[in-house]
Amino acid sequence: MFSRFRPIDCDLHPMVPGMRALTPYMDEFWRDQVEERGITTLDTQSWPVRSPKTIREDWRSEDGRGAATVGLLQAQSLDRLGTDLGILNPLYGVQLVFNEDMAAAFTRALNDWTRAEWLDRDPRLRASIVLPLQSIEASVAEIERLAPDPRFVQVLVLVMGEMPLGRRQYWPILEACVRHGLPLGIHAGSAYRHPQTSVGWTSYYLEEYAANQQAFQSTLASLLTEGAFSKFPDLRVVLLESGVTWLPSFLWRLQKTWKGVRFEVPWVDRLPTEIVRDQVRLTVQPLDAPEDGAIVQRVMDQLRSDALLLWASDWPHWQYDGDAAMPPGIPESLWPKLMRDNPLATYGRLREGVVA
Amino acid sequence: MRGRSTGSRAVARIVVAPVGEIPAGGRKLVEAEGKRIVVFNLGGEFYALSDRCPHQGGSLCAGLVSGHVESREPGVYHYARRGEMIRCPWHYWEFDIRTGKSWFDPKRVQVRQFPAQVTTGAALVEGPYVAETFPVKVEDDYVVVDA
Ligand code: FES
Repeated sequence: MFSRFRPIDCDLHPMVPGMRALTPYMDEFWRDQVEERGITTLDTQSWPVRSPKTIREDWRSEDGRGAATVGLLQAQSLDRLGTDLGILNPLYGVQLVFNEDMAAAFTRALNDWTRAEWLDRDPRLRASIVLPLQSIEASVAEIERLAPDPRFVQVLVLVMGEMPLGRRQYWPILEACVRHGLPLGIHAGSAYRHPQTSVGWTSYYLEEYAANQQAFQSTLASLLTEGAFSKFPDLRVVLLESGVTWLPSFLWRLQKTWKGVRFEVPWVDRLPTEIVRDQVRLTVQPLDAPEDGAIVQRVMDQLRSDALLLWASDWPHWQYDGDAAMPPGIPESLWPKLMRDNPLATYGRLREGVVA
Repeated sequence: MRGRSTGSRAVARIVVAPVGEIPAGGRKLVEAEGKRIVVFNLGGEFYALSDRCPHQGGSLCAGLVSGHVESREPGVYHYARRGEMIRCPWHYWEFDIRTGKSWFDPKRVQVRQFPAQVTTGAALVEGPYVAETFPVKVEDDYVVVDA
């Protein structure tokens, strides 16, 4: 379908079928704990399994679940779309666990499951290192443990966690990212440490899904104002399933205000939009724009960068029908950049051993 | 006092005040030739800027004078040039009193600057200037702005 572009899919979601899939990757203590405590699943309400958005209808298996095996990924996405390389971003509720040690054990199991049951089974696949952000030390240790495997090309956190992600306590993680050439991937979703909106808890899934956009804005503002981008100029941040079209208006407000109060954050010593253009990337599924190409073009002009966007199918989330995996309105002239050049420029580890 | 140069330049030479009237760190707003101009005394050197902020026209004379803070890394504040930055009272854009340049976009966003200097009363009395609002004394020094 898109094979002539040799596309790189930057957001694929293998779904863990249940805790029993992970126990083989735990030590005996945690394996028994899972059984004894009757922990059956860590599915979270950020992606309710039965929600139409979580798994596209025609990609569901008999049991209503999906995305459980590499075979499904190949048949539904990689082979159909002609994907050259794909980045796995496992979303399983390991971030919700409060016990730090359990969180670290479950997260290690999740990453090892991804490696053994996905990466080892298709050479086109790469993955993110899911971080047990409940502990900064454990997060750095997980990066150190997996970074030697070049198939891990990014680290993955949720946009709604314990604290704003720019906070300096987190910097050892950012430092490890930079040291290993791993972008920080920030995906929609919550660890439910706080209400999913700044005005309180949501009542409906619809409210919550839309609220992710606020969280992305606040997270981006946090990374900027705390000085994370200034401290780590080589850090790349990838916003996953963030939507795109909110970015220009948000940056407008941020930058306008910065002009007056920049003395508060003197390390932000150039225009915030320039910093974002240099260090932040966004996946285009969803894009959150009408299908009118002229409108999409206007947003791209406002962003003044065609290097900012990365193609992603978001499999198995239902973002499109059939094989229309590129959001309508994005001109075909940009496809080579979005599908190939920009991912290669963003993910240093993808470039290793790959023909540009 | 204001006067018009007899030369061909269409520049008005405005006598702003006797030097002693604007103390170090002080400022004075003058209106002349349809312009509002604010004159600053930075440790004995005088600088004149348009009082109109290039953003939306806030009166710089009413702004806060502060220093300049820079940072080589987050959490480290390098505070220098106290008293040399004027912050517009409306949206706090900062301008360098010495140059009129904004901090965040010094090339494109600037306040108009006018040459300011100190001249002796003797020179003023001899020159082609006519006192209008206050008498110029030969023995005093005056702040003069070309606008
Ligand atoms: S009018 Fe001066 S900063 Fe807006």
